[in-house]
Amino acid sequence: MGDGVAAMTAVISLNDVTLGYDRHPAVHHLTGSFVAGSLTAVVGPNGAGKSTLLKGLIGTLAPLDGRLERNGLRQRDIAYLPQQAEIDRSFPISVMETVLLGHWRTIGLFRPVTRALRRQAEEALVAVGLDGFGRRPIASLSAGQFQRVLFARMLLQDCPVILLDEPFTAIDARTTVDLLAVVTRWHGEQRTVIAVLHDLDQVRENFPEALLISREPIAWGPTAEVLRAEHLFKARQMAEAWDDRAEICRRSIA
Amino acid sequence: MDLYAALIQPFIEFGFMRRALVACLALSLGCGPVGVLLVLRRMSLVGDALSHAVLPGAAIGFMIAGLSLVVMSLGGFIAGIAVAVLSGFVARVTPQREDASFAAFYLISLALGVLIVSTRGSNVDLMHVLFGTILAVDDASLLLVVSIATLTLVVLAVIGRGLIVECFDPGFLRAVGGPGAALHFAFLVLVVMNLVAGFHALGTLMAVGLMMLPAVAARFWASQIATLAVTSSAIAFASGYTGLLLSYHASLPSGPAIILVAGGVYIVSVVAGPRGSLWARFLPRRHLEA
Repeated sequence: MGDGVAAMTAVISLNDVTLGYDRHPAVHHLTGSFVAGSLTAVVGPNGAGKSTLLKGLIGTLAPLDGRLERNGLRQRDIAYLPQQAEIDRSFPISVMETVLLGHWRTIGLFRPVTRALRRQAEEALVAVGLDGFGRRPIASLSAGQFQRVLFARMLLQDCPVILLDEPFTAIDARTTVDLLAVVTRWHGEQRTVIAVLHDLDQVRENFPEALLISREPIAWGPTAEVLRAEHLFKARQMAEAWDDRAEICRRSIA
Repeated sequence: MDLYAALIQPFIEFGFMRRALVACLALSLGCGPVGVLLVLRRMSLVGDALSHAVLPGAAIGFMIAGLSLVVMSLGGFIAGIAVAVLSGFVARVTPQREDASFAAFYLISLALGVLIVSTRGSNVDLMHVLFGTILAVDDASLLLVVSIATLTLVVLAVIGRGLIVECFDPGFLRAVGGPGAALHFAFLVLVVMNLVAGFHALGTLMAVGLMMLPAVAARFWASQIATLAVTSSAIAFASGYTGLLLSYHASLPSGPAIILVAGGVYIVSVVAGPRGSLWARFLPRRHLEA
């Protein structure tokens, strides 16, 4: 209510949010907001709470503390690519059928897939460089090709907010370049994109905003500011250990 | 004995054989696709667990009303659903996985069933509930089996897309706000219904055989969900037909005969099916150009 413009355009705002498991924080006292149309990279060492943060943002993990507001966003307005999708890649389903699921908002459980929807799916396949792959079973795809299929599905989902959890891990350079182009296209379409990434050069080149966390938030803002040497050094110092006898955190009470 | 006498005459001559064959056809149509979905969901053994879970309900029904079709079916259905619901509940509110809670509840249910049958009924009754009597299927049972098959196919046609997505990518369905839990439950109801249909004909122990064996065999012949379902139903019906003839000519119990034929088809499929079988693995055809 207080800080006018920023509050109005914030898609997701966090106020002293702590996320974690079994009362142990994985993301500790994070405050800030993701502005509409921003392209943000979430970086930090392994175990820093990056994936946990995304789970909190989509709402599958309720905050242990603090307030997380998804200002008017509904669940289905957020497209989410998990790090390890619970997808059975030997499942007998074709590439086209998988991509068409992106139309779920339109077709749901019962409505038919029209020719126009199918054409959009074909266009999405072309956009991710899989022209002509529609009839292939997904079991025949490589990891990189499958990631392209998931991106094509997200293209159809047409969501204002897109969350990507390590989308380019174990993906070859050419696929990464192609899929980064898709991310850039989303940014150009004023969608809010939040991606967990490890490659800092990639972040510097493609992501205007960055959030560096290592359980505790370290820096959040323009990428050049965030990825400064002292911040990165601080991130590495943070312990990954989980203390079974940790005291109750007093910070939010004080 | 000529071919006609061997393959067709028994069904022309005897009403009970015709009835048994129709029951097999109906069971095959329902169990085929349901079994395929169970395999795809990696729930093959859950079908087994549920078939055992049906026993105490059927036994209680038997105690109340004797060999009454309606009461025993209803009892079996309620017991099966109870185990499915309790397992699902425990799996959702505790860290225990669903297969583990299924194992726990079906064992409780099975022991309860055997206890009831053996304290209150004679051994002959126990044999009937455990092994069924497809050759004694009457009009009412036939109507039940056919109704269940029809309902199964209609429900599958309506919620098929949801079931497949829930099975292929449950995380996606959750993210787009699809009714994952409701679909899962609806599917378990279908499984229990088809097992109840099967237990009249084949008994609680064998009912799951006609559901799982054709479905796992089909994976060696087909590679799309629709063709898998059709193949599975076809194998189930062929096994039913062959098993009935076998039991007629060799005076074997019909239930085990049918399931053993299905088992034979499965083994042949593992060895010689066109997709991923031992034959395809050890005698591969030459590779293609691209």
